[in-house]
Amino acid sequence: MSGLSLIGLKKVFEKGTPNAKLALDQVNLEVASGDFITVLGSNGAGKSTLFNAILGKFRLDRGKIILDGEDITRLKDYKRAYNIGCLYQNPLRGTAPNMTIEENLALAYTRKARKSFFAVNKKDSEYFRSLLRELDLGLEDRMKTQMGLLSGGQRQAASLLMATIAEPKLLLLDEHTAALDPATAEKVLDLTKKIIAKRQLTCLMITHNMQSALALGNRTIVMDSGRIVLDVSGAEREQLTVPQLLQRFRENAGKELSADRMLLG
Amino acid sequence: MNILSLLISALSQGMIYAPMALGVYIAFRILNTPDLTIDGSFVAGMCVCAVVTIAGHPYLALLCGMAVGALAGLLTGLMQTQLRINPILSGILTMTGLYTINFMVLGGQSNLYLQRTAVNSAGAETQVASDTLYKTFRAFLVELTGNKRLDNNLSVLIITAVIVAVVAAVLAVFFHTRTGMAIRATGDNEEMVRSSSINADRSRIFGIMLSNALVAFSGALLCEQQRYADLNFGNGMLVVGLASVIIGQVFFGKRSVTLGIISAVVGSLIYRIILQAAYKIDMPSYAVKLLSAVIVVIALTLPLLKRLVTERRANREEETEA
Repeated sequence: MSGLSLIGLKKVFEKGTPNAKLALDQVNLEVASGDFITVLGSNGAGKSTLFNAILGKFRLDRGKIILDGEDITRLKDYKRAYNIGCLYQNPLRGTAPNMTIEENLALAYTRKARKSFFAVNKKDSEYFRSLLRELDLGLEDRMKTQMGLLSGGQRQAASLLMATIAEPKLLLLDEHTAALDPATAEKVLDLTKKIIAKRQLTCLMITHNMQSALALGNRTIVMDSGRIVLDVSGAEREQLTVPQLLQRFRENAGKELSADRMLLG
Repeated sequence: MNILSLLISALSQGMIYAPMALGVYIAFRILNTPDLTIDGSFVAGMCVCAVVTIAGHPYLALLCGMAVGALAGLLTGLMQTQLRINPILSGILTMTGLYTINFMVLGGQSNLYLQRTAVNSAGAETQVASDTLYKTFRAFLVELTGNKRLDNNLSVLIITAVIVAVVAAVLAVFFHTRTGMAIRATGDNEEMVRSSSINADRSRIFGIMLSNALVAFSGALLCEQQRYADLNFGNGMLVVGLASVIIGQVFFGKRSVTLGIISAVVGSLIYRIILQAAYKIDMPSYAVKLLSAVIVVIALTLPLLKRLVTERRANREEETEA
């Protein structure tokens, strides 16, 4: 079997203190290979915590994570990264500013590249150039430019390339277009769709835009208080409208989906 | 002394301290982490080198000095990454602990001269200077040129320059290999390194080891050149290294790692020339530390001053437009 299985994930932060917070509460999720799942939920619902659990940024209290048949629950974060790509909201997080575009890509590619003495070499560079050309941002002619000189959108596009360059089994996108201006955000989202389709990636994407959550991918889950309260896919999802989604959430979670940062349209 | 021999003396000192400046460059600029182990590992390199040189192995002594520096770096690196102790404190802890170790290496005294006791033909005990890299090389040069009055500093300068050139070249190549690039990236964005499935802790530890090995190597070279080791020689060494790195940056900027390596070496040379000039105008030798600290403070303040000036100019232009 391939894909991702989350079995009974549980995490309490600051356990045993008055600040104890139940961040993940019995999260079960079966992700099939090739699934593109959008993740919705208000602030503090546990979306990013779920991603961090998958990435191994902390130890779970209980539960198991199985990626492509391999139990990775106890694997260190950098070892999991061999098969998991991740992109965050902040474009600065995914790239090294004082290194060139080429060096950044070479570093990200290291895990799957053939052995070579120099990190930047001709053969890999040709490959990087072809990947950059597909972004259509003119970066293929600026491979010796320092990453820090690029705009936020360009850096996020480069980060997207870096997260997917080693053909991960799973791609996690944590509101990766939220910090960009609308036009750039749309461009980066288009690139994301293109790369996911081309590489047939299994993907989880956190978004706060309900409309695009329903439009993108093949499945949508909604989280609340560390639980998955709604999980729709297939024909049911195709017919689902945003008001219906809100209605379903109210029934399942027993409260309104707080719309402080949510975009309805 | 004429100007030329003063210059040669300054350059020879600059070359001896150049590996130290490279070590500081790796810690502060590449790994982006202040490391105070440096004060201790410099002396550790000196002490170990002294003991092994006196035992009759001047070349092995340099390598041993380097190795003990790497070991000190390993301890600091483990404290930083595995015990999660603050980087500055980790360095201070290693440095403090090293003082005891260094004292023990010197056999419970605060300094040690590179000489051993021998019995001369008359049956009396005399002190014989140990063979060192510099002594051997000078003898070689004297034989080669037939000039018995050869400037000692010149021979020091030549052999040290060769060594430093090799070290710098190896470093420049190393930082373009996969391992070297991972160290650079760890200093630039550690999270990105982890996301690329590279063990950032290992990169960091390796970088700190490399840095301190270079610093200790500098200490070992100095020990063989001045023919003694001194327990208190490392105080403020970090500031000297930082001053060299910053001076170098004024000339070469911060563009690439290769330029950074060259600039650290050149910075070390210029720093010694500045010191030599200061001695020439009768600055007492104890003023060195203050001078170094002032150079570092001024150099670190420059970017702020630059910004203030441009801001003020912009404001003034706005006012005149209004």
